[in-house]
Amino acid sequence: MNPENDLIISQRLAKNFQRNFRERLIEFGLLCSGLIAIFITLAIVYVLVSEAIPFFQYVSIIDFLTDTVWTPNYSIKHYGILPLISGTLTTTGIALIVAVPLGTITAIYLSEFASHKVREIIKPILELLVGVPTVVFGYFALMLVTPMLQKIYPDLTTFNMLGPGIVMGIMIVPYIASVAEDSMRAVPMSMREGAYAMGATRFQTAIRVITPAAISGIVAAYILAISRAVGETMIVAIAAGQQPNFTFNPVESAATITSYIVSVALGDLEHGGIGYQSIFAAGLTLLIMTLLINILGHAVRKKYAERY
Amino acid sequence: MAIQNKAAANKNLDSIRKTIANHKRHDFIFASLGTLVIASLTITLLILFLDLVIDGYPRFNLDFFSNFPSRRAARAGILSAWIGSSLVLLVTFFVAVPLGITSGVYLEEYAKKNWFSDLIEINVSNLAGVPSIIYGLLALGLFVYSFGLGQSILTAGLTLALLMLPIVIVSTREAIRAIPVHIREAAYAVGATKWQVCHNHVIPYSYGGILTGVIIGMARAIGETAPVITIGALTFIAFLPPSPIGLEPPFINFEWLESGFTVLPIQMFNWISRPQLAFHINAAATGAVIIMLTLLMNGLAIKLRYNIRKKIKW
Repeated sequence: MNPENDLIISQRLAKNFQRNFRERLIEFGLLCSGLIAIFITLAIVYVLVSEAIPFFQYVSIIDFLTDTVWTPNYSIKHYGILPLISGTLTTTGIALIVAVPLGTITAIYLSEFASHKVREIIKPILELLVGVPTVVFGYFALMLVTPMLQKIYPDLTTFNMLGPGIVMGIMIVPYIASVAEDSMRAVPMSMREGAYAMGATRFQTAIRVITPAAISGIVAAYILAISRAVGETMIVAIAAGQQPNFTFNPVESAATITSYIVSVALGDLEHGGIGYQSIFAAGLTLLIMTLLINILGHAVRKKYAERY
Repeated sequence: MAIQNKAAANKNLDSIRKTIANHKRHDFIFASLGTLVIASLTITLLILFLDLVIDGYPRFNLDFFSNFPSRRAARAGILSAWIGSSLVLLVTFFVAVPLGITSGVYLEEYAKKNWFSDLIEINVSNLAGVPSIIYGLLALGLFVYSFGLGQSILTAGLTLALLMLPIVIVSTREAIRAIPVHIREAAYAVGATKWQVCHNHVIPYSYGGILTGVIIGMARAIGETAPVITIGALTFIAFLPPSPIGLEPPFINFEWLESGFTVLPIQMFNWISRPQLAFHINAAATGAVIIMLTLLMNGLAIKLRYNIRKKIKW
């Protein structure tokens, strides 16, 4: 062994060490940004819970869940979340009545009937529809859809749940269509060929073979749509009237959980006041609702997982 | 006897023909129905766009872009709104893009398959499903009051960055997943370290896909209203934030980050909420600007993705 060789080896080792050290450092850095998702989730839960706790010390949970009046801004204050939930459920229900049939038909059509060329044109259009900001949809609901509905049903007030519900439905059609279509396209070709070989028409194949086979994905699409509709804010804030109202009647005006949060945030927020805390309690309710919907979706997906 | 048989066979044939004709009719009816639904969706999109453009037409002039909001509708403009939107998006971009890409690279290239990476993954997909207004509440509690950032451009930018993050992460991961293993193997074979593989090969090759995700995320951030309202953004702003670029050294300053602001969708919301019809014209014009921006950006992203799919053959 000559010393020159030793030197080279030790230099190499030093370089190797440096290199390894740098690799570790980078990996650590990447890990940190990978953790951001967990951090955000924890932060959401922490902020909502810690701001809602003082609220629930002031208002009992039983009152919160059973009182049918929500008047935090009046002199006689009531904090019952039910009117906000009824508003949320009604608008979501109207949206689903519109979106489920339209979305399902679109998905079946794109997956089973449309030619490759047609699909290549339609899918980008649906994506553009997804990209339309909700505040624009809100304008649409207030200025175009509600006046149109008023021609059919003259007693309709300017602010109602029907118009925004319908517009919300149009908004979520592309979500249903694209997720359901993906799951239908994932059904193996052999199943279609089998059905055609038995003499089934396209329609029969689509309804009796493909739809049952893809049902888990289709249901997942509906559930995604529900959680979008429940969390939708601007359309209802603009066109449904922001007045809490315990009703399921679509022609009346009402507030949803989300539009209540917006209406409070637009006013003067006194940090730490009961109004401030109430929007966190409302937000927590909303988060729990969407969480339950997502868990339901997960369970449905697991139960009807594709078995072909 | 034979004649009778023939008649029966004919009758049978007829009924079969009838069934087939019936089935074909069902096919036709459904295909027409599908076309009708899709046509009406397209027309809705078109009406939406045209309605805004037609309603807002009287305001399409330079003054609208260079005036502050005003109590008189005809003189009100969106100067503070579009500058606010641009500055907020600048913050969003510089926060969400690096974080999203590194997070995606970690999940796809570094993370080992275990409960921990599963946990991160579940979190990312859950975050994409959280209603945007919840992010607004998070920002209100955390950024505005706990961190003391106030109702500033920085707060709004960070809030929208949180919203955009899952989109960037998911598109980064999809783009990386499309790169075949042999590219990585070749790099490892000539002695590259993991980071060198990522930095010199994996990330550059997935630029197109990542860019698509970034554009879609930015388009979403432009139109996002609820979380920005929730952090308490003001709706009437008749001043501009300090300019980010100065004429004297050090040329760049960051005072604008702490400034109050408004953004385009909030300006639009504010004008819709007013009872006077004249302001609704302003709202429509603002909406036309927003929708043009988002449609352009989404169109660009779709085109980009189409090009990538067509061009790259490993």
